[in-house]
Amino acid sequence: MIGIVSYGTYIPKFRIKVEEIARIWGEDPVAIKSGLGVAEKSVPDIDEDTATMAVEAGREALMRAKIPAEKIGAVFVGSESHPYAVKPTATIVGEALGIGNYYYCADLEFACKAATAGMQICYALVKSGMIEYGMSIGSDTAQSKPGDALEYTAGAGASAIIIGKDPIAEIEATVSYTSDTPDFWRRELQPYPSHGGRFTGAPAYFRHVTSAAKRLMELLGYSEKDFDYAVFHQPNAKFPQRVAGMLGFKEEKIVDGMIVRAIGNTYSAASLLGLCGILDVAKPDQRILLVSFGSGAGSDAFAIRVTDKILDYPRNVRVWDKVKNCVYLDYALYLKHRRMIK
Amino acid sequence: MVPRFWRKIKYRYDVVGSYCEKCGSYYYPKRELCPRCRRKGRLRDEKFPDEGTILSYTVVNGRIIAMIELNNGARTLAEVCAEKAEIGMRVRKAFRRYGEDGDAGIIYYGTKFVPIC
Amino acid sequence: MRVAVIGVGCTEFGELWEKSFRSIFLEAGIEALMDCGIEGKEIGAIYVGNMSGGKFIDQEHIAALIADHAGLAEFGIPAVRVENADASGGSAFRQAFMAVASGMHDIVIAAGVEKVTDSVDPMGVLSTSVDQEWERFVGANLPALYAIIARRHMHEFGTTEEDLARVAVKNHKNAVHNPKAQFRREIRVEDVLSSEVVADPLRVLDCAPLSDGASAVILANEEIARKLCDTPVFVEACTQASDYLALQCRKDLLTMKAVVKASKEAYRIAKLEPKQIDVAEVHDSFTIAEILAYEDLGFAKKGEGAKLIREGETEIGGKIPVNPSGGLKACGHAVGATGIRQIVELVLQLRGEAGKRQVDAEKALALNVGGTGATAVVTILSR
Repeated sequence: MIGIVSYGTYIPKFRIKVEEIARIWGEDPVAIKSGLGVAEKSVPDIDEDTATMAVEAGREALMRAKIPAEKIGAVFVGSESHPYAVKPTATIVGEALGIGNYYYCADLEFACKAATAGMQICYALVKSGMIEYGMSIGSDTAQSKPGDALEYTAGAGASAIIIGKDPIAEIEATVSYTSDTPDFWRRELQPYPSHGGRFTGAPAYFRHVTSAAKRLMELLGYSEKDFDYAVFHQPNAKFPQRVAGMLGFKEEKIVDGMIVRAIGNTYSAASLLGLCGILDVAKPDQRILLVSFGSGAGSDAFAIRVTDKILDYPRNVRVWDKVKNCVYLDYALYLKHRRMIK
Repeated sequence: MVPRFWRKIKYRYDVVGSYCEKCGSYYYPKRELCPRCRRKGRLRDEKFPDEGTILSYTVVNGRIIAMIELNNGARTLAEVCAEKAEIGMRVRKAFRRYGEDGDAGIIYYGTKFVPIC
Repeated sequence: MRVAVIGVGCTEFGELWEKSFRSIFLEAGIEALMDCGIEGKEIGAIYVGNMSGGKFIDQEHIAALIADHAGLAEFGIPAVRVENADASGGSAFRQAFMAVASGMHDIVIAAGVEKVTDSVDPMGVLSTSVDQEWERFVGANLPALYAIIARRHMHEFGTTEEDLARVAVKNHKNAVHNPKAQFRREIRVEDVLSSEVVADPLRVLDCAPLSDGASAVILANEEIARKLCDTPVFVEACTQASDYLALQCRKDLLTMKAVVKASKEAYRIAKLEPKQIDVAEVHDSFTIAEILAYEDLGFAKKGEGAKLIREGETEIGGKIPVNPSGGLKACGHAVGATGIRQIVELVLQLRGEAGKRQVDAEKALALNVGGTGATAVVTILSR
């Protein structure tokens, strides 16, 4: 049995409210909040970035699993805000976690789904016997151009998943649905991403998420009723709600994973932070549907069954607890934190 | 500066110091020679505790820099990421950026500390 | 062999925009030669305290430059630069002292020189005296480390920001009567407490300025000294000690062990007790450093340094006047020149040539400290 043996998360403590951003651009915060289902987003500290958050999430995952660091045979970091354009984030993480030098390692980039791709790679490496444990981390300090619609949701956070045998949550199966769909991109040397506006909806997010989910259920012979929880990539609160409805999932099956409502879209970390929110409360034998989405575009779907091992697994600090105790920034401080003013 | 930083990565990214197997002393930063046992000492690298207490601090250039006594008695000077510090405050290590070599150079990561809530 | 100081010279300390590195050391050196009436070619060796010619003015090989421009290269006189951060001057003096005491040379010159205002970041250069990899890397400069010491001293012993301010106030008061001093004006405790914070709790007026300046003294053995000079000042002891460079490696943040060790040894050699010292020049690079000096030199018990300044005991006219020159705080801190400048002041005091800042003194002590105390040089002089 192969699956998730541990998980860790990191959410920076700073927040900015939709009202504060809307004040700067003269927009209507009430309309924006109801349109996005997001009231505020997380902001990294001035000395935090994708690598630092990945390390913190990775450390928590290692500590909870009580696995010696040297047993991790692979580290993948998925992000679209790697601190270096050339030079891996994953080596920084491997070094800080004390994994040693003999491990498979790469940075991954597939917009917001790079870390679930990393989970698939780790799953395959464990299954083939090449490694005992593999770690996939999604971490992003999401970029958005000041004044762009993305600015209301582009948050920051990280989630680390350790894949191995004897898991707390078994990965029963995973499939991907991939096509060349330019809904959102960032060209070389451009500081901020561009997007296709409403084109990011039906042909991109909804088509890929539903196609991957349906294919997975077909393969396993499952229907929506076989899942106790579902978590989807969450660029805002509206998209996952709508896609849940399209697939027949009721609100109560997704609510524990809707971290986006509190911290915005954490890009590569988003669907995994949601998954961790669910793992924090899930019971043995409950089944979770996880579907990520990465622009460009693709979705990775997983059927995950919680095992008895979760009962002995330390879940005292929950993702939803980490969302609390935050410090609110005004827009000027937000720009400073995001190093847009120096 | 790249090789100079690279050489110490292991000791900066985590609180790894020296432990003398002969006299039981902990040293941070890492030492090549035990000042007590000298050539008879047996130093090895060891991961130090994640937590400690602020002995003193200052605020300089908008940053809190503190002398921290780790739980094993070794001391480390590090930045504390908080709005405010106090002598006696309990802190835990955090992985953060210390700086960068201009816009094109490398990023200097290292260990800072955050208050334990 | 007994060693005496027979000639002293010192430039004004401050922002000497018109003067170059080459002109200031010449000015101090010529003043010292004239003071003892020698030509220059009698000198056996030159010792120059200079912290960072390389960083301040992009010039190394300082000693040879000095020998050259002093016209002494003509005679091939050996010259060596001594570097021990801001204890460079004191350390150069000790090398010069040992050269004469050992009988190697009869007459030597010990000088100190620093030109800081040609540099855009003098405090950055001075902060190279702390551990670059483990202190500077994390964002601590020299004021930050002294601030950490100050806060702990306040926490453990109840020393206050007012006590620290009083050190600056006293030293400014003394500097009024020193024609070579950078700040010849009085300040009030309120001025210090309302000045800008540099490294909390230390403020601008708790910190010595960084100054241009040069100083020089001529040392000779007793026989020659008595021939050349009516008022030789004898070096009773000149000691030096080291401590861990980084503050985090020291067990006690509030004791400069190097100062304790060097001063104890100096008292032993000079056969004196701390209370027999009549006047002292100490290294007040930051106000807290002067309080620590009181304690580590044995003028006060550990933790009671602030009491001395509160009760006025270190003012001129007090039990143990400290820094009659104005100290580093008000006379100025020309880094590598400071240790020699302290000797110049004490020689003037012992000769009775200190004018309105004169202290009645027979025994005098100088303390020159490098960085946060990893180097300490203690010199005891007598008339």
